[in-house]
Amino acid sequence: MQKIFTRMGDGSGVELSESELKQDLEEGTRDAAERAKVSPLSQDELAYLFDVYSSPARFVGVDHGNEVIFSYDNGSYKSKEDLTEIPLYGVQEAQVYEKFLGADILDLGQIDYSFKPVKSIATFEQQALEYALLVTTVPMFYGAQPNLGSYTQPDGPCSNPMELLPQGKITEARAAQEEMMEHAVRDMVYVVAAMYESGADGINFDTVGAAGDIDFLATLRAVEILKKKCPQMAMMMGMAGEFVLGMHGEVTYDGVRLAGLYPHKQVELAEKAGATIFGPAVNINTDRSCAWNTARAVTFVKACVEVSHIPVHANMGMGLCGIPMANCPPVDAVSRASKAMVEITRLDGL
Amino acid sequence: MGMEVAHVSASGMGGMRTAGDLVARMQISRRMKIKEAKGYVATRLGVSVQDLADPIVMGELRQDLNIGTVAPFVGGAKGIEAKLRIAELLGIEINCVNRFRDKVK
Repeated sequence: MQKIFTRMGDGSGVELSESELKQDLEEGTRDAAERAKVSPLSQDELAYLFDVYSSPARFVGVDHGNEVIFSYDNGSYKSKEDLTEIPLYGVQEAQVYEKFLGADILDLGQIDYSFKPVKSIATFEQQALEYALLVTTVPMFYGAQPNLGSYTQPDGPCSNPMELLPQGKITEARAAQEEMMEHAVRDMVYVVAAMYESGADGINFDTVGAAGDIDFLATLRAVEILKKKCPQMAMMMGMAGEFVLGMHGEVTYDGVRLAGLYPHKQVELAEKAGATIFGPAVNINTDRSCAWNTARAVTFVKACVEVSHIPVHANMGMGLCGIPMANCPPVDAVSRASKAMVEITRLDGL
Repeated sequence: MGMEVAHVSASGMGGMRTAGDLVARMQISRRMKIKEAKGYVATRLGVSVQDLADPIVMGELRQDLNIGTVAPFVGGAKGIEAKLRIAELLGIEINCVNRFRDKVK
């Protein structure tokens, strides 16, 4: 029987038989459905995925009319952040994204891409943003991460919960996280309000939940405050992973416990807080095939899109939603994941 | 690095090569989902939904409407000038356009 060339989650090539590919797709969707308690993909959807992943074509794409919007995280510092050594200023890189890469929404950000360090240089970032807004046409967001980890000692003012937890100091660890949240909310509101005053179309809260449930709560609270303070500001919330880690374990928003929430529940709270766009993130398993990973990611995201009343832009960068964990993800793998995500979930953007 | 090219080629609208930025503006200003946003922009422009992602159709239309093109013609609207026209064309508020108007009053 002819073997099908596909890839593992780390991007390395692998050959599967038809039955192995079908099994991977079935196992991927079942894994997501069981974890998130959502419906698995239908037989028709699995057959569609089989066609996409068994195609010998190097590159695949969506049908005419199915194209979606592309927003980015840290789009203006990719060349520096990824060490390609191209000496581009952030605004220039945003222009490259606009004119050469077909970006629908641009993103300007500082190289650390966290709110805490931006606060002390906000005026310089505002200057760059104001200039960028004069010379670009497509919508422009300012982006940064809540990154609650940056508020712990020795870099920040709060005790480190990761040191307290192994010592069994649960109460102290929770108190430290709550203190971190207060600092983070204050910094996010300060920075976003400044960018709003400089004319930004929106803000990208990126990698939300990286420090767990308290990180998610901090962002929800910041969005809630900013919705009133900056009414014309679009707010995009992009998540760090497929479920919210319960690093605190007890925090709630609108009566819902945040720990353990999957994308279809996360989006409901983001919407309530006032977010404009929600970005689910599904981490890749490098030990499984891209087909397994995409079937799994599409299952989570489909459930999210079905309940959402706001646009959903799935995070499909390196190591997310079926995109291999590699610096240069192969185009065969990227285009397959891209097409499958768009045409099965009917989401609004990537 | 470089996966933006593969992604956009596979499933992207194409930004200002096409009408991607206009559809995006409806998503961010009115929280419209993709189908509604495309329908709104297509109606405003008088084209089909499929035309919105066609760089030939939209390239010519963008030039006619003077709302910014990838390779701007001499005297054509660029940057903030294009966004002033886009705000009027789509009937939306654009934050930086409003602030620009306040500055040049």
